[in-house]
Amino acid sequence: MMRFILPFVIFLVLSVFLYKGLGRDTREVPSPLVGKPAPAFMLPQLHDATRQFAPKEMLGKVWLLNVWASWCGACKDEHPILMELSHQNIVPIVGLDYKDKRLDGEATLNNAGDPYNLVIADLDGKVGFDYGVYGVPETYVIDKKGIIKFKLIGPVTPQNLRETILPMVAELEKQ
Amino acid sequence: MRFLLILALLLPVFSFAGEAKDIADDPVMEMRMIRLAEKVRCLVCQSEPVSTSHSDWSNDVRAIMRDKMKAGATDQQIMDLLVERFGKSVLFDPPVDKETMPLWMAPFILLLLGGLGLFYQLKKRRGVVVDTTLSVQDEQRAASLLNEPSAALNDAPEPVGQAGKKDTQA
Repeated sequence: MMRFILPFVIFLVLSVFLYKGLGRDTREVPSPLVGKPAPAFMLPQLHDATRQFAPKEMLGKVWLLNVWASWCGACKDEHPILMELSHQNIVPIVGLDYKDKRLDGEATLNNAGDPYNLVIADLDGKVGFDYGVYGVPETYVIDKKGIIKFKLIGPVTPQNLRETILPMVAELEKQ
Repeated sequence: MRFLLILALLLPVFSFAGEAKDIADDPVMEMRMIRLAEKVRCLVCQSEPVSTSHSDWSNDVRAIMRDKMKAGATDQQIMDLLVERFGKSVLFDPPVDKETMPLWMAPFILLLLGGLGLFYQLKKRRGVVVDTTLSVQDEQRAASLLNEPSAALNDAPEPVGQAGKKDTQA
């Protein structure tokens, strides 16, 4: 009996691993920045270049850093979801306009609506690099102490918002 | 004529060189950068090194490598910087450490498990197969079969099958 069960068990275990492997996006690499302080920077804002923003201004708040660009298709998918989230006033969202032209970025927000509490312009992508951005959109959850708690690669969806991001924000708010 | 031919052969090379737009002014540094970039995985294009990728992200990484090299950073410092930002998966040759240990050890563990399995199987089999001495009748049968190949071939299936059964029963 054993000679049939054992290979079958091995086959099942292997199948589960391979099946899970099939479903995984190999482009999603775990960010080494999770658990580390959000890299410091000082960047001008998108709408008003004379005003600067630095992440330390958000100390004491749980906030989202959403990396987007006018040229990014998937950002348009997540845009309505971010709009809705901003209306709910649960968590401040800071937008980082990544490797974009200032005018294009502004035009996009003027046309489609602006879900962000403020938007910073990372026109040459240097800050994006510091945050390990390699595909837009990406969203970071940053806690009150300025520690990156979570990084989402790809668009915000109703599902990952409901199941991952919002519970995490609620949890971090309590701390 | 021959010279022209050689020139024509070289043409594609020139056109390729023309494609690489931004390179460092210093060719030695550019070589060093490319050699380092060969060890870095392009995260947006899977299984391609940053050195050959045309993706935007790879262009950026190469630009940053050049910047850092101009600023006097060592190769190791640049690699450390990339790992810090993007994780060990940017390295084509990830280091052996606590995190990657299971990955490096897995083939050996599997080999060991397979070897152990095989060992026990063979050991078990040694106990199952016992040496038996043939009875006089069987020996005669065997001899007659072996000595008359044509006869043995003609009715091969049956006698051989019977002989086999007898053997295991004995």
